Amino acid sequence: MGETVIDIRNAVVSYREDVALRGVSLKVKEGEFVGIIGPNGAGKTTLLTVVNGLGKLLSGRVKVLGHQLGSGTGHSLRKRVGYVAQVQNIDPRMPMNVREVAMIGRYGLLGLLGRSGRHDWELVDEMLALVGMSHLARRPIGHLSGGEQQRVAIARCLAQEPEIFLLDEPTASLDWKAQADILELVRNIHDARNLTTLFVTHDLSCLPTACDRVVLMKEGRIWGEGTPVELLTDENLGQLYDMPVSEVKKRRTESILV
Amino acid sequence: MSLFEYQFMQNAILTAFLGGVACGSIGVFVVLMHMPFIGVCMSHAAFAGALLGLWLGFNPLIGAFVFSLLAAAIVGPLADRGELSPETSVGVIFSLMLGLAFLFMGLMPGTKSGALELLWGSILTNTRGDVILLAIVAVLVVGLIVVFYKEIQATIFHRGIALSVGIPATAILYGILFLTGATITATLRSIGGILIFSLILNPAAAAYQLTYSMRKMFLLAAGFGVLSGWMGLLFSYLFNIPSGATIVVTSSVIFLLAAVFSPKRRVKGWRTNALAEASHD
Repeated sequence: MGETVIDIRNAVVSYREDVALRGVSLKVKEGEFVGIIGPNGAGKTTLLTVVNGLGKLLSGRVKVLGHQLGSGTGHSLRKRVGYVAQVQNIDPRMPMNVREVAMIGRYGLLGLLGRSGRHDWELVDEMLALVGMSHLARRPIGHLSGGEQQRVAIARCLAQEPEIFLLDEPTASLDWKAQADILELVRNIHDARNLTTLFVTHDLSCLPTACDRVVLMKEGRIWGEGTPVELLTDENLGQLYDMPVSEVKKRRTESILV
Repeated sequence: MSLFEYQFMQNAILTAFLGGVACGSIGVFVVLMHMPFIGVCMSHAAFAGALLGLWLGFNPLIGAFVFSLLAAAIVGPLADRGELSPETSVGVIFSLMLGLAFLFMGLMPGTKSGALELLWGSILTNTRGDVILLAIVAVLVVGLIVVFYKEIQATIFHRGIALSVGIPATAILYGILFLTGATITATLRSIGGILIFSLILNPAAAAYQLTYSMRKMFLLAAGFGVLSGWMGLLFSYLFNIPSGATIVVTSSVIFLLAAVFSPKRRVKGWRTNALAEASHD
């Protein structure tokens, strides 16, 4: 593991009356793969938006890739941080094809008046090949399935050549096969490209194999962190999700705790 | 003397061309960003603002521009922050603007012919000044779309994604609303406050039926806008009927034809659809 690339100190973020983060501190080292889990409303997504500069800090300090985040510094930082959200509702008639959507990842780097050149298209095609979407490159984006669209979103993110890779429940609403495939893809890309990855998920079964470290969040605070094996006990999960341990055990054996 | 030698006819033909290009291009944003109600709201606000100008004796177009931007400035952030569903906030502003428009019209002393002209539009009484204003707006609209095409494309696709890759998507959105206000203002006198929004929506909605390429959609929408303007003008002249209304009805017919013959209606059969494969450009 290398040096610290994400350093969040006592971050407080609030959306109107709701406090989304209540004094969160987290350090992530270069090359780490960190899983973030917790119930809905725990502040997981907000934590990611703090890292890419879209979340507005009420107090606290955030340093990402050596840059202190403040007002106006977000745009340049976001070019170095890739972000994949949940499956989006895309208009099936949206007049853009898969290749054009993946190219959006290059737009921030190209700058306001820059045009995408041959190198950019080659890179986009390479990334689409990496996620196994070359054969659909010229299809309208709205015609793809949810799993295919997430692969394109990952390709878009990689076309950005990011140093930090943020994934916000990218496999939510996908079937288990697509979930497993995408997770494997993300882990392989993380290793091959030496990225630093923050992965928000509800899928507990995948965490031990994929993550170096797990962060548990609840009610806007970090509730625990450590290796998946030591942290993801039935007792901890019972407390995290306010659920009797017996129920957690039952659900985990049936693997329906999602 | 041929018809085209009359200056009023030259002005009308130029207005139909420039207005068609500007409205058609703006319509692409309205259709793809799912904000037809914001457009409706802005065009009625422009109408109210113009009437205020007529009543108080300042340039109606300044009133129109300020009011349409005000409407966008109120509706945009409300919808943006998700405090109200856009339908609700737009409904409130829309009815307020219509109420204000009729209030100003009622308060206006003397003849109401100027007000009615703004309501129905009158392309044949356009002055060279109107044409020049419209030309400036049309060049601005097309120029900005060309220069910032990739930012606009990303913002239309998904504002959150555009922001996350470092594109100033919020500024682009407000720029689009600003251009919408300018276009509505510059075409208000020709097409009319009640009708202008149809010329924005219909050509783009027709283009939306026909292509999976955004670039082609912009070109088709502008083309349909010009076609609506010219055909409407021709029918209006031939049958001696109101020009603004004829232009709008023509644009609706173009939309209906596009919808009937749309290849996207067969979207379920897309795997064998040649259009889907050929959507790159």
